[in-house]
Amino acid sequence: MNARAQRLLAIADDELILGWRDSEWTGIAPTLEEDVAFSSIAQNEIGHARALYELAASELGTDADALAFDRRPDEYRCAPLVELHLMDWAHTIARRYLYEEADRVRIDALKAGDDAELAGLAAKIDREETYHRLHAEMWAGRLRSEPRFRDAVEELWPYALGVLEPDQRPELARRVGLELVDANERGEHTPELTELWNEMTEVRRSDPGATW
Amino acid sequence: MVTAAAVWAALDEIPDPEIPVISLVDLGVVRDVAVDGEHVRIEFTPTFLGCPALEVMRRAMEEKVAELGGQADVTVIQDDSWSTDRISPAGREKLREAGFAPPTPRAAGATTLVQLQSKAFRCPYCGSTETRLENIFGPTPCRSIRWCESCRQPFEQFKTI
Repeated sequence: MNARAQRLLAIADDELILGWRDSEWTGIAPTLEEDVAFSSIAQNEIGHARALYELAASELGTDADALAFDRRPDEYRCAPLVELHLMDWAHTIARRYLYEEADRVRIDALKAGDDAELAGLAAKIDREETYHRLHAEMWAGRLRSEPRFRDAVEELWPYALGVLEPDQRPELARRVGLELVDANERGEHTPELTELWNEMTEVRRSDPGATW
Repeated sequence: MVTAAAVWAALDEIPDPEIPVISLVDLGVVRDVAVDGEHVRIEFTPTFLGCPALEVMRRAMEEKVAELGGQADVTVIQDDSWSTDRISPAGREKLREAGFAPPTPRAAGATTLVQLQSKAFRCPYCGSTETRLENIFGPTPCRSIRWCESCRQPFEQFKTI
């Protein structure tokens, strides 16, 4: 697999798996408005994943669904941050906040990159991410002085660094106001990914090759 | 004989699957139509990438072109070329009549929370600007929820992107 396809899959997998994790709050978020917000953000992240998978699919001669659902768990390239099963609101918001900050650094780099097709898509994603960032910043501002939130940010910080390439990490540290530490790197999956994958692909695996 | 004008007119009859008061042409998502004999190439830009109606819209366009006797090849353009500024004046008016506040014109920079909380948004029912943001997120990725202090009615705002 070439470097471009690998890069596209890494970002697409991040967006799909985080979208999937965030969708686990549908129906059980702490307020009704948050339920709508989280579900909408999750849906949009999965839409970003689809667009990125389509670019990767034309590179690899396959289709977006096959990339999203027909690979084995160890073939996914997502960062461990998005895999974690966090059924706690402080950690969930901390992850959204850290992911949005990391994603912003990544999107800015893609927009300025020399891959015109990916730069165009990144610009479209960036427009939509405005609303995800407003949501994350609102929550981070509201919870900034809460010990549970601060502890969660600190705990997830090495994972957040693992979303980015090493040369992009100082910018993330500057934005978030934390020191660089050893990252939980992409490529080392958590056991939670296999659990998620089993559930996520269950229906598709029940009838391989079916037209849905 | 299929003509580009006939295709545009046919596409203008396709309602948005989730906001059916507005057509795909008014929504500004049809970027180009090129006709070569029976073959019709349509360039289409999604509103939001997370829009679940994408496939429904693609199929509706293919069916409309087939009714004209043509064969459509719909290409989804995944770049930055659609913004809410592409919604036509007629489309904005149709949104307003149906109880959706149309998007505000896009400023140079990204939308901020302060802008969303400002009084720039007019209630589509009574016209008052005494409205407040209830939730940035609504029933689809492209909509927010606002509340009118004057007529005490919630309404949907098409997000500016």
